[in-house]
Amino acid sequence: MNLSYSSITKKIWMSLMGLFLMIFLVVHLGINLLLLFDPTRELFNEVAHFMGTNPIIQIFQWVLFAGFAIHIALGVILQIQNWIARPKRYKVKAISEDSFFSKFMIHTGIIILIFLVIHFANFFIKVKVFHGVDDFILAGVNTGMEDMGLLVVKLFELPEYVIGYIIVLLLLGFHLDHAFQSAFQSLGLNHPKYTPCIKGFGHVYAIVISLGYILIPLVIYFTK
Amino acid sequence: MDLKLKIWRQTGPDVEGKFVHYPVHNISKDASFLEMMDILNEELVANGEEPVAFDHDCREGICGMCSLFINGHAHGPDDSITTCQLHMRKFKDGETIVIEPWRARPFPIIKDLMVDRSAFDLIIQAGGYVSINTGGVPDANAIPIKKENADLAMDAAACIGCGACVAACKNASAMLFVSAKVSQFALLPQGKIEAKQRVENMVAKMDDLGFGNCTNTYACEAECPKDISVANIARMNREFLAAKVS
Ligand code: HEM
Ligand code: SF4
Ligand code: FES
Repeated sequence: MNLSYSSITKKIWMSLMGLFLMIFLVVHLGINLLLLFDPTRELFNEVAHFMGTNPIIQIFQWVLFAGFAIHIALGVILQIQNWIARPKRYKVKAISEDSFFSKFMIHTGIIILIFLVIHFANFFIKVKVFHGVDDFILAGVNTGMEDMGLLVVKLFELPEYVIGYIIVLLLLGFHLDHAFQSAFQSLGLNHPKYTPCIKGFGHVYAIVISLGYILIPLVIYFTK
Repeated sequence: MDLKLKIWRQTGPDVEGKFVHYPVHNISKDASFLEMMDILNEELVANGEEPVAFDHDCREGICGMCSLFINGHAHGPDDSITTCQLHMRKFKDGETIVIEPWRARPFPIIKDLMVDRSAFDLIIQAGGYVSINTGGVPDANAIPIKKENADLAMDAAACIGCGACVAACKNASAMLFVSAKVSQFALLPQGKIEAKQRVENMVAKMDDLGFGNCTNTYACEAECPKDISVANIARMNREFLAAKVS
């Protein structure tokens, strides 16, 4: 890796990967919500099976991993450089920051990363590496697909998992709230008329994603 | 008014500094902040102590020499002004005022509250100029320039190079300064010719000198005494991207 890429080059990659991850979050949320609309879990399991076996999706999965890796690596490098740039802190901390959540991107980011590792172990590794998921039985017939839905439902019946999940997704919302408009600014897309719209849309996006994901464990937990 | 000052004292570049408490009395509400500092220094000199070193020159908000990080704000609590234009009426009687130097790796402390801002000069030397030979004085309006662009270039050129953007930024990033200097040329036909090398060289210099990276926090815009807009940073990102892909 060439660590001497300019600051702006790093930020441009950071924002492109971030925007890509933001699209992924929408797709993932759409699939998760299927669990709420179909108590038999058939829809969800079919889509999960498709996502787990379709060759194009399998390729895309590596693109996604690369996206995460680049975003995380650059985020950490940029942050370390930023800490080095001010060796001696102020006694009275600067209080003029305009984008509050921008101060906590590395912190929210690292918590999301820890969550991702757990998430990965719970689902991806369990299915792909250990094949440790039961088959999906629909109306007494074995469909030959894994019952991914049941895996989710079982986890969301544990109160500690539900609480942890809600906290992480709120923090993801904070990350996204700053990130959305920031990505456009990094790409040089700033406009007197459209930038306020982008900022507004970013707030809505962050809230919809965060609350959208949070809705699922709440419904599962309280209707079990 | 009576005030309690906590001032960063440091005798030279590579020595440990510390905060020293100075009470000051009978300061007029109409005094400027730097006049208040002058009064303190007169007292210090009268008592045989070393006066507090701080930068200033024009004292009318145009030269960019004055600095000071006052109670968590670059150029103090007032908006859109430099420290030399700050007045004591912005403070309460009996208030404690913490006065610190700009803090950034590329701005080393010379003494007390004075920092070396030559890093900005080096960035300008890297490309903040137009080097084409223009010949004699051209006719006014011989090169048509859109009114909006002329206005935006003027706004960017208002930057006085004070470094408050670096001081206020949580990353000590110089993006607002550099982008103002890139923009004032990029918007005008005279600056277009060298636009590509200019943005590449100035950004490379900025990174080299150890300024932080922009996280789009926008504290720079909030603290800039000349209200330079972060739209300039976006313009520089655009210019940079265009230079890299062309
Ligand atoms: C699904 C997950 C994530 C999404 C959608 C996302 C999205 C984004 C976006 C769009 C930005 C703005 C980029 C810019 O300012 O140009 C950003 C910034 C950032 N992200 Fe993430 N991110 C995610 C996960 C993470 C993770 C796991 C980390 C771990 C370290 C992280 C660390 C950061 C940092 C440090 C920044 C600020 C970078 C800077 O402004 O210099 N992010 N994120
Ligand atoms: S952009 Fe504003 S704060 Fe930064 S150097 Fe120029 S005038 Fe000072
Ligand atoms: S002393 Fe010249 S701008 Fe303040």
